[in-house]
Amino acid sequence: MINDNINVALIGNPNVGKTSVFNQLTGLNQQVGNYPGITVEKKIGFCKLPNNVKANILDLPGTYSLNASSIDENVVIELLLNKNDKLYPDVALVVTDVENLKRNLLLFTQIKDLEIPTILVINMADRMEQKGITLDLPYLEEQLKTKIALVSSRKGFGIDELKKLITTYKTISSEPCLNASVIDPEYFDSLRKAFPSQLLYKLWLVITQDVNFLNLERKEIQSSFTKSHTDLKRLQQKETIKRYQFINDVLKVALKVDISIAKDLRSKIDRVLTHKVWGYAIFFAILFIIFQSIFEWSKIPMDFIDSSFASLSSAAAKHLPEGVFTSLLSEGIIPGIGGILIFIPQIAFLFLFISILEESGYMSRVVFLMDKIMRKFGLSGKSVVPLISGTACAIPAIMASRNIENWKERLITILVTPFTTCSARLPVYAIIIALVIPDEYVFGFLNLQGLTLMLLYLLGFGMAIFSAYVLNKIMKIKGKTFFVVEMPNYKLPMFKNVAINVIEKTKAFVFGAGKIILAISIILWFLASYGPGKNFKNADSILRSKTENSTINEAELENKIASYKLENSYIGIMGKAIEPAISPLGYDWKIGIAIISSFAAREVFVGTLATIYSVGGSDNEDTIKNKMGAEINPITGQKVFNFASGISLLLFYAFAMQCASTLAVTRKETNSWKWPLGQLIFMSGFAYLVAFIAFQFLK
Amino acid sequence: MRTTINSLKKGEKAIIKDFDIDVIPLKLLEMGCLPGNMVQLLQIAPFGDPLYLDINGSHLAIRVETAAEIEVELVQVKL
Repeated sequence: MINDNINVALIGNPNVGKTSVFNQLTGLNQQVGNYPGITVEKKIGFCKLPNNVKANILDLPGTYSLNASSIDENVVIELLLNKNDKLYPDVALVVTDVENLKRNLLLFTQIKDLEIPTILVINMADRMEQKGITLDLPYLEEQLKTKIALVSSRKGFGIDELKKLITTYKTISSEPCLNASVIDPEYFDSLRKAFPSQLLYKLWLVITQDVNFLNLERKEIQSSFTKSHTDLKRLQQKETIKRYQFINDVLKVALKVDISIAKDLRSKIDRVLTHKVWGYAIFFAILFIIFQSIFEWSKIPMDFIDSSFASLSSAAAKHLPEGVFTSLLSEGIIPGIGGILIFIPQIAFLFLFISILEESGYMSRVVFLMDKIMRKFGLSGKSVVPLISGTACAIPAIMASRNIENWKERLITILVTPFTTCSARLPVYAIIIALVIPDEYVFGFLNLQGLTLMLLYLLGFGMAIFSAYVLNKIMKIKGKTFFVVEMPNYKLPMFKNVAINVIEKTKAFVFGAGKIILAISIILWFLASYGPGKNFKNADSILRSKTENSTINEAELENKIASYKLENSYIGIMGKAIEPAISPLGYDWKIGIAIISSFAAREVFVGTLATIYSVGGSDNEDTIKNKMGAEINPITGQKVFNFASGISLLLFYAFAMQCASTLAVTRKETNSWKWPLGQLIFMSGFAYLVAFIAFQFLK
Repeated sequence: MRTTINSLKKGEKAIIKDFDIDVIPLKLLEMGCLPGNMVQLLQIAPFGDPLYLDINGSHLAIRVETAAEIEVELVQVKL
């Protein structure tokens, strides 16, 4: 970021097309801050304005007002009140929807009170004629003390004028457009006298909000200006009424709507989509298509990525000079990167659907349909989105819970989302099901393997719901249970918005979660390639002398050496050490290694087994599978992967919390180590118990 | 008898009269749920909750328990 760029903040209610305006201004010149790491999600884009002015465009989360009721809204206020923030706006653009101007202007009047030069962007202007709306712009500009840009981010008009307007930001008024302190003049006067250098409205926000403010001594203000909660709220109500009075007076003159022209498509569509039968039928049909895309349609690109990386890895091993670096490259880095990229198709499909559903306005209807059902389990209708997203990856899913206002509902959503079957479990399920479940049909058409996979998904979802129910019963968090969801007008999703969203989210996954997976692969490679003591070092000669007299061919010998080395490598020793703990579940030390390494990320499991069964040209699934299938436990004489141990493993992976990134996100979103630790102990403990019972029962 | 939003029938319009400020989220006020404003019940979710309302031009869904706190006066709809 260049410091002499001007900072432009985009602010607005949800569903006003703010992101479309952002996309129109910045195109693909965007950065989504963080995943996981920084505390808030900030989207920054760059834009070239006329006269060689360059701007950082900051897309803030949608907010209805400066009285925060969710994490997303806190972000907006914290930025706008902190003049020292390097992103503090030189100019604010308040984006509004021409059809909801009255409500949208409430936020505008609050922003104006912060005395930042503010431009009013009236979006969706292309609908004005169709809806019979006319606006008196000069009057509005005068009353609101602002400049107005009439744009249609959908049709792309007005954007150039808006850009020009931004360049004139120094001439734009930063005066408030109404005097909010009349709600209690005495109180505000004393406040003004006590803190003459501070903005009055800012002081007011500090008193009424629970947000972090850097420059103000919160305690000092609060001790001398405390009012009871009820009194404060009553003042806030008066403030809101005051603002609406002003807005109504202005709009009475400036806005004319010819109702005879306006027609209501929304109610017709609503009648179908929220119908007590059709509503659910349509929702489940959409869910079915989403799952179909994640599992069937993604298969082709995933197989392609898988085989490309397998051959890339063996090509690297074959053609590069032998040595540590080649081995690191072909056994650590390339499979590691492959292990990240393989999830791109699923993640992209999921976000494609989710962003289409969000953009079209349908998601709010799902929230509406599901709220009553979800509430029985201590969740909110808004928890549906995280739970669906969780089938791709728990990390963005947990972040999607931010718009749930009620802390208890949000916390439960965060805690149970990792139970939904994310795409990282899929490779584990796939290989174990192939090993222990016969490829047979029941009732002539139900494939047993497919059925098992489906059962595992239902199990994950059921467990999420069940633990939500339990948490709801045992957690004693009293919070204001409130639920206010805007039902936006239906819109055709814009291709550009959907595409940018899919690209950004996928990029965030690859570079965020990907780093961790890659790091683990490299550590794993190191631990498997080195070992303490003579046994590891002299594996070659030990085995050669052992097998001198037997008729073993060179390839088999190589394999034997490799597994002997593994047994004596660092990770082999770790595996042996935990063997007593996991043998009651039916696992040997090799599976133990895979479980240890996959505690950071589940998808590492298959890769680890690939390394452990020391198959050359590692990633050929069939070969790993055959090797795993043939593995015999020397103590029991049974196959290592039999029905009992296989089911035990499937259940273990269904429940155990094996994802460092998810724990990190939970830590970030709950701001405490208590909850991620609870997740880890409860989920993994439960997984151990269930796997133990299953194995002991089935063996 | 006290008429509240949750006792409206689908399609009925009413004027918001009064509510206990402590039990109504501020956000709802900011969306336009203020005394004197018009509210219309548009849809009721399956199983009877939440309610889909048009409050002062904002299309919102709120839960029955909240709706039950908001006193209204029914507007006679001309047919």
